[in-house]
Amino acid sequence: MQLESMYQEIILDHYRNPHHKGLREPYEAEVHHVNPTCGDEVTLRVHLEGVGDDAVIADVSYDAMGCSISQASASVMSDLVIGKSVKEAMVIQDEFLELMQSRGQGEPDEDVLEDAVAFAGVSKYPARVKCALLAWMAWKDATARALGEAS
Amino acid sequence: MTLLPEEIKKDFPLLSRTVRGGRPLVYLDSGATSQKPVRVLDAEREFYERHNAAVHRGAHLLAEEATDAFESARSTVASFIGAAPGEIVFTKNATEAINLVAYSLSNAATAGPEAERFKVGPGDEIVVSEMEHHANLVPWQQLCRRTGATLRWFGLTDDGRLDLDDLDELVNERTRLVALTHQSNVLGTIPPIEPIAARARQVGALVLLDAAQSVPHQPVDVTALDVDFLAFSGHKMLGPSGVGVLWGRRELLEAMPPFLTGGSMIEVVRMEGSTFLPPPQRFEAGVPMTAQAVGLAAACDYLTELGMDKVHAHEEALTAYALERLGDIPGVRIIGPTTTEARGGAVSFVVDDLHPHDVGQVLDELGVAVRVGHHCAWPICRRYGIPATTRASFYVYNTLADVDALAEGVRHAQKFFGTV
Repeated sequence: MQLESMYQEIILDHYRNPHHKGLREPYEAEVHHVNPTCGDEVTLRVHLEGVGDDAVIADVSYDAMGCSISQASASVMSDLVIGKSVKEAMVIQDEFLELMQSRGQGEPDEDVLEDAVAFAGVSKYPARVKCALLAWMAWKDATARALGEAS
Repeated sequence: MTLLPEEIKKDFPLLSRTVRGGRPLVYLDSGATSQKPVRVLDAEREFYERHNAAVHRGAHLLAEEATDAFESARSTVASFIGAAPGEIVFTKNATEAINLVAYSLSNAATAGPEAERFKVGPGDEIVVSEMEHHANLVPWQQLCRRTGATLRWFGLTDDGRLDLDDLDELVNERTRLVALTHQSNVLGTIPPIEPIAARARQVGALVLLDAAQSVPHQPVDVTALDVDFLAFSGHKMLGPSGVGVLWGRRELLEAMPPFLTGGSMIEVVRMEGSTFLPPPQRFEAGVPMTAQAVGLAAACDYLTELGMDKVHAHEEALTAYALERLGDIPGVRIIGPTTTEARGGAVSFVVDDLHPHDVGQVLDELGVAVRVGHHCAWPICRRYGIPATTRASFYVYNTLADVDALAEGVRHAQKFFGTV
């Protein structure tokens, strides 16, 4: 059955026990993103240490409401980017975006994406790609704003 | 059952296809758009194969035939809702029909003495409800923004009905127009139009009904409804996409300024300015959606032959069964009335600990097509404190077995996600 390919155990685990959830201080930028087609929402904060691309992502905290895919994606994303430099995290973001736009044809690099490779199956369902990208887009936006604040 | 859906299904080629993994399709999303019978497809094709030309212009035989086909479609649609052909304006869809009225009201400010009565400005009020589809909410928000008028709205009761306690206060001497759904696309609720229209009459306000979910599913007779405007879409009533209808009282349409302007709607054009044709042409700028109007007329004929009373009774039976089957599932809550009284066949529900998107995904895997999300009526979700719902909606081709597939699918989703 196709369902298992979309809802991999890793995704369901993150959905049931999301990592880094909840809004925390300190932070340099907070954004609120919605998916207007389904009403999913995420409020997300980024805390950076340092300036420019070399700044380290000290924390990503969020409050989110939505389906299992969007919730799990926020959890996996925060796991992946916290502790990395902005430059490193942007590479992961690009890789994930490419995977999600692959319509099921992508060959994800597990070294880069770690748990996020589990979302490969989601890319087969165009209607759900936005769910998986919601938190990532919010993070990217918040980071850009945080860098703007810092400079 | 009052209709024979298994027989009716045979008229709809799409319904015999299979989906994910070769499963038969169970189509429960007619509230979003309906499927089309062969007769409608044939009517469109025949128009293009035999009569295609730009209507209301040209001196040739085809132009004459195309014009006849278009105007005859107008008559058919008019009889379907008990109206006169001159009161039927073809639009792109119900959304455009509602925007037509909203923009005509704001254009009234600069359209001369005849349009004076439609002028809306600061101090005036427009009344809607919290259960409106965005199509019957956002155009009025925007009208208020353009004109300085104030938007007010009916709230909802906990059981999904319109809260009429404040009717006399809400609809008052300042009210210029009341815009209401005739059947909620999320809750299924059919609001009581009579007392609201009566109050509107008392204070001299206009009444517009968003009939996108009523005209396809219940008998509608504009002479029995004491309202001024009715908007609906062709694609939700077995007709093609790209055609919708605004019905308006003739004397109102005659005094209203145009919305879209251009060819086909003018009387005399000079470089300094233009005058406009009487309705309905005044509101039909450009070459219209002719083949689609012809297809919509074929859909009206099809529904008339089935009998709209029977269509309504059929959906009522399906709704009753769905409310019962879904209501039996622990953790499932219906959003909207839980009986079929004053209710149509849109059944929205939430499942404990399961997001509608995930429910919809499991159903899709089983071949059951439903809608998930806020259904273009976001304030309803806010009102009931839920992020979204799963919605099943029924039509003439749905069977009790389709409802069984839905209920079994929901149970399957609960098992898959381990919530029961």
